[in-house]
Amino acid sequence: MNKLVIYIVLIGGLFIAAAPAQAVVNIFACEPEWGALATEIGGDAVSVYVASTGRQDPHQIQARPSLIARARNADLVFCNGAELEVGWMPVVLRQAANGKVQPGSPGYLEAASVVAMKDIPQLLDRAGGDVHASGNPHIQTDPRNFLPVADALASRLAEIDPVNGALYKTRHDAFVAEWRAAIQRWEAEAAPLKGMPIAVQHKSWIYLLDWLGLKDIVALEPKPGVPPSSGYLAEVLAKVKASPVKMTIRAAYEDGRPSQWLEQNAGVPAVELPFTVGGSDKAKDLFALFDDTVDRLVKGVRP
Amino acid sequence: MMRKNMAGACALGVVLAGMAPMHAHGAVTDEDLTQIRQAIKKLEQQHAEDAQHIKELEQRLKDSESRAVAAKDVAPKAQAGQTPISEIPVVTPSLPPDPQPLLSSVATPVAMSAPAQTGASASANAFNPAIGMTLMGTYSHFSHDPDTSPAPGFTLGEDAGSLGTQGFSLGESEISLSANIDQMFYGQLILSYPGEGGVEVEEGFIQTTSLPWGVMAKGGRFFSGIGYLNEQHAHAWDFLDAPLPYRVMLNNQLSDDGVQVRWTAPINSFLQFGMEGLRGEKFPATPTHDGVGAQSVFVKAGGDVNESNSWLASLAYYHADAEELMTGDDIFTGENHLGIAGLVWKWAPDGNFVERNLKLQSEFFFRRQEGIFNDLAYRGNQTGFYGQAIYQFMPRWSVGVRYDQLSAGDQGGDLAGTTLDNLGDTLQRYSSVLTYNTSEFGRFRLQYNYDDSAPQSNQGVMLNYTVSLGAHGAHQY
Repeated sequence: MNKLVIYIVLIGGLFIAAAPAQAVVNIFACEPEWGALATEIGGDAVSVYVASTGRQDPHQIQARPSLIARARNADLVFCNGAELEVGWMPVVLRQAANGKVQPGSPGYLEAASVVAMKDIPQLLDRAGGDVHASGNPHIQTDPRNFLPVADALASRLAEIDPVNGALYKTRHDAFVAEWRAAIQRWEAEAAPLKGMPIAVQHKSWIYLLDWLGLKDIVALEPKPGVPPSSGYLAEVLAKVKASPVKMTIRAAYEDGRPSQWLEQNAGVPAVELPFTVGGSDKAKDLFALFDDTVDRLVKGVRP
Repeated sequence: MMRKNMAGACALGVVLAGMAPMHAHGAVTDEDLTQIRQAIKKLEQQHAEDAQHIKELEQRLKDSESRAVAAKDVAPKAQAGQTPISEIPVVTPSLPPDPQPLLSSVATPVAMSAPAQTGASASANAFNPAIGMTLMGTYSHFSHDPDTSPAPGFTLGEDAGSLGTQGFSLGESEISLSANIDQMFYGQLILSYPGEGGVEVEEGFIQTTSLPWGVMAKGGRFFSGIGYLNEQHAHAWDFLDAPLPYRVMLNNQLSDDGVQVRWTAPINSFLQFGMEGLRGEKFPATPTHDGVGAQSVFVKAGGDVNESNSWLASLAYYHADAEELMTGDDIFTGENHLGIAGLVWKWAPDGNFVERNLKLQSEFFFRRQEGIFNDLAYRGNQTGFYGQAIYQFMPRWSVGVRYDQLSAGDQGGDLAGTTLDNLGDTLQRYSSVLTYNTSEFGRFRLQYNYDDSAPQSNQGVMLNYTVSLGAHGAHQY
């Protein structure tokens, strides 16, 4: 028994000695869009690990051992917040037991905490499906939301790593200028979409719809997170026939069948959107994400 | 707001500066008077603008406050943002025309860290811990009495002689309370109603959240970290019952009072070492110890092979003293040495677990017992094993199969006819389960067991609901 303790201490000591001196800020980003933003703002001064991909439902990520290892070594955990990660991050953070990145400390930042939230439920009841108490968490579908988040991230990075404070400010200002110009470009490209009636597969697009002025007439899920039954799809079909919609949009990680069914039965084009960085082949960074999203929307409209 | 105030102050400064010479000269011209009047007018205008701005901000603050109140009873939200709420751009259908950078002072982050949830009225309940409930109910039918099911060759704990409850039963319904205690600790209490009456503290511990160097310590009553299934709550298991080696060697699940220390290596792959000192209150230890009656050490490693595949392996050693442990009329006093090796593998296309996924899991048990059995010197080796596969073939639906096995060495001679007589048997069980999840919070399971772990083989069918209400803890891997 005592020997074992000595061995463990020895091995532990070796690992601590072998750990490289802190050169860059290790960022643990929960979702690809926030990882991409961290790269934009941090540049070479940060090393970004992204916990999920654009092909995964961010509500349901496994609290994998690799995530615990990465969170244990992180200087900043940068998540979406608004309970999007409530099914996995609490376990990851508790098991990583890294004091630097626990909620409430400078090393923990939630993007949703600086964004004006929409869809805040009046009634908190799980009979309503997968509702989030602090509002619809999918804020990354509106590019304007990246501005306050970039702001918060840059100041947080400067707080954690004051030596590179000027670098973060410079990169932030450059990003913001470029991003504002891009937003104007996307708005111009998407102008024809204004006021257009569409269907959504899951209610994850409210920020995008508000931005571009699209109107969602119907959702293919009866309640958020509840897959449609055939009976419900028949209702949707009736609704769509009564008030036609121009397309159905869904995220890359979602099952394509409901929207494809509507395409076959009502001729409503099913449009798959990247939803986040890595959600499509083209969406390699934040700019490409919205280039591709707007492009797919404009091209997806039923003639 | 700041900027406007500054402008106001500057205007006032200009006026004062303009006034200074007047006193010096002693004479006031009409021009001066006009200037002063204009300056006052300008200030008044400024003031009106500021008042309007304040009004707007107050409205926004009010809105945020009502949001904050609405969000109150959710798990403690992270720090409320670094950007002052006044700097969050109003979301309007088009871009605000003002192109000035949002970030006014990156270099002085202190000035920016105003909380967004300002002065929201806090009631005494605002710090209530997260409360969650798990309700479980089962209807079981066994072909033979499930309560007389010895495992030939093994000393047993008090619950291990039963395969389940015939008919309707309330399984382990439990209430969990948890919260961060302060900047150092997290605490959790789980009270369970174990079916036969009374209330039991299933877990009640405090755990550090911010020790340096990747160290985590836990104290109180908790599920030991020696096995993959042991660390999980029974309601999170894929099958309704514990595999044979858990049932026989750990009396289903080992929870004990003590301390646990874990250290996670500072590398990008998961490597964790842990050790526990336990009271030794629970089987296979006996509750007569003064100090530390059981100890354990374990190591866990895991990682991602690629986006679709991940794994977790563990190796553990557990030692417990038993004093006059009774199994039927037989008495054992001695030592238990238990080793457990486990491997869990998870697969999902692109790592997206919602649509389809596969989970493979197996643990191997080796136990050596040394001591006095019914006044005879006894030394025996036993092994146990289970392997299971759970396949979620579409959202919400999954099927699973499991095979368990136990074998005890042949003691022969003087021990023939006692609980340690293995009757020449290898104990086995075959199980299958069908699971339907109504949502993340509710699931129904239908399980079939063919049990060959007792002299009389027994078939069982169980129909179960397991639901979770209120705060729902995140799932372990």
